[in-house]
Amino acid sequence: MTASSVTSLVLEVENLAAARGLRILFEGLNFRLSAGESLELRGHNGSGKSTLLRILAGLTRQHAGEVRYSGAGQDQNDGAERHYLGHLDAVKSSETAAEQAAFWARYFGRDVSVAIDAMKRVGLAGREQVPGRGLSAGQKRRLALVRLLVEPRPVWLLDEPTAALDIEGRGLVGQLVAEHRARGGMVIAAIHGEGFEGSRTLDVSALPVGALT
Amino acid sequence: MSGSVSVFVRELKLAWSGGGGAALPVGFFAAACSITPFAVGNAVENLKIAGPGVMWIALALSSLLPMERLFQADLEDGTLDAYAGSGIGMEGIAFAKTFAHWIATGIPLAIISPVLWIMLQGPPEASLFVIGASLVGSAAFFFFGSIGAGLAAGMRRGGLLIALITLPLYVPTMIFGAAALYAAATGEAWTSSLMLTGAAALFGVATSPFAAAMALRTAID
Amino acid sequence: MAVMSFFHNPHRFMAGSKWFAWGFTALGVVVILIGVYLGLFVVPPDAVQGDSARIMFVHVPAMWLCLLVYAFMVGASVISIVWRHALADVAAKSAAPIGAGVTALGLITGSIWGYPTWGTWWEWGDARLVSVLVLFFIYLGYMAIWQAMETPQKAARAAAILCLAGAVNLPIIHFSVEWFATLHQVSMKASDEFKYPMYVVALGYLALFGGLTLLNMRAEIMNTRAEMLAQRRQVITG
Repeated sequence: MTASSVTSLVLEVENLAAARGLRILFEGLNFRLSAGESLELRGHNGSGKSTLLRILAGLTRQHAGEVRYSGAGQDQNDGAERHYLGHLDAVKSSETAAEQAAFWARYFGRDVSVAIDAMKRVGLAGREQVPGRGLSAGQKRRLALVRLLVEPRPVWLLDEPTAALDIEGRGLVGQLVAEHRARGGMVIAAIHGEGFEGSRTLDVSALPVGALT
Repeated sequence: MSGSVSVFVRELKLAWSGGGGAALPVGFFAAACSITPFAVGNAVENLKIAGPGVMWIALALSSLLPMERLFQADLEDGTLDAYAGSGIGMEGIAFAKTFAHWIATGIPLAIISPVLWIMLQGPPEASLFVIGASLVGSAAFFFFGSIGAGLAAGMRRGGLLIALITLPLYVPTMIFGAAALYAAATGEAWTSSLMLTGAAALFGVATSPFAAAMALRTAID
Repeated sequence: MAVMSFFHNPHRFMAGSKWFAWGFTALGVVVILIGVYLGLFVVPPDAVQGDSARIMFVHVPAMWLCLLVYAFMVGASVISIVWRHALADVAAKSAAPIGAGVTALGLITGSIWGYPTWGTWWEWGDARLVSVLVLFFIYLGYMAIWQAMETPQKAARAAAILCLAGAVNLPIIHFSVEWFATLHQVSMKASDEFKYPMYVVALGYLALFGGLTLLNMRAEIMNTRAEMLAQRRQVITG
């Protein structure tokens, strides 16, 4: 993340609509997010928070509308500017925690030492040799966060990052988000309970819905 | 080493450690060949007629076995989402995973093939050739199979659908490979048949990642 | 997964297709009957094979059509993948059972025609027949995908991929079966006189295919509309 590309990164969403099957989950969504900002997605289960995150991550195709990532005056929508953390942890049961952290470091072309630091940062020091099936739900969630730390990317798309985490864990996520924003990154997170300081909020369930006519 | 290459290495480790690796397909291969004499009679002439063909079919079905899990596990635990969300192309992922599984399972299948060949009354002199043919054939079966695996990903018990989708794609490899084996069994020239089998395999290796990638993107959507 | 704007206004298609759907179906049946009558009663028996060759008037056009229907599905699949138009999905899905049916007809009549010539009900040495058998399985796999996938949109995409994969592999399959057949040289031949009832029947098949596909599509769209209306009621009241 170079300073210039980060501080000028902007996410623009224009007239976005999402559909699941024959139902329109939401439509007419417009917003603009700049470097350093964070947006909390609120709304009841099934309102479309996860779908919105998946559309922003490029996993799900939107029904209508546009999503634009741009920085330094250019479009940067090739996926390399974002991290997506779904509500599934992507933790393998047979690999150890350290192996998985090291894998993600290598996956992003980083040195393995970055993985060791990341494991300490998320509070998994001492659990390195535990295989995935031996980790608690909260520990798996912490391991999932390692991905965000081994490779710095401006945009974080987080789906329930604090799920299964204890108070300490929730505090950790808050710190990571704050540090990320201070470096000029942006965060969009679907979250229940306490959110992030100075964050904007979007109530997805308040958006217009419909059925395909 | 990054991206698809790291996924390839990971898949290789996972394929060998998780669930005994190649043991199941190799066991199935051996078992299927072993019950052939009970079906076609144990007279040497019968086995010489039926043996190469049955062995080739058994190789195809053994290669089909791991296909159900090829993409399923990653889809279920969110790993595929993580890969896709990082901006990597699904073609590289499909190729890396299929290649890794071929190395972990296809190569062992090829290594054990001469033993089964001899058991089915094939001439032992052809053993080296049989390993080569099985390497090429299993590569074709694995890569064409990945298309079925991609299409059926996310479906519980998609194994039968994978078989139905993939078997038509297996036909060329089946024809050329079996012809090569029969030529070797009777001492005739097998070069052209083997080359055609190789061509089929190359075609599968080159084109299947694109089809599988399209299918995976659909599964994630 | 986006359902394209077509479903916002299927009226144009529905309004325009009603007469064509029933018209082509009726026309197809009539023309087929004419062709079959010509083939059975008007044309003299074949010099080589006698009366048994008359089945070619049903068999050969069926073989033509099974490939034509698949080509239609390939075109629809390309449109589906590139432009994501829901009408293309519906068209491909609707054509598949007809294609499978005419393929089965071709296989069965081919078997019947071949029996006097080969002495068996099936001949693996006939490259075309065997390739068509493989095509039949591709049709089955295609229809199975529509049944097995969770949502129609995913099914449409997966089915389109399979259709194209099958298309790419079909020439290879045909070549390989032909290569295999040259190892066991057998084929069906018939004399060339008085083949015109075949073309009549072929036109009839074509019309029938068009009519039945349109009917299938209309049924499919009506089904989807009913589901949408139920969804809309649920959204309003729920």
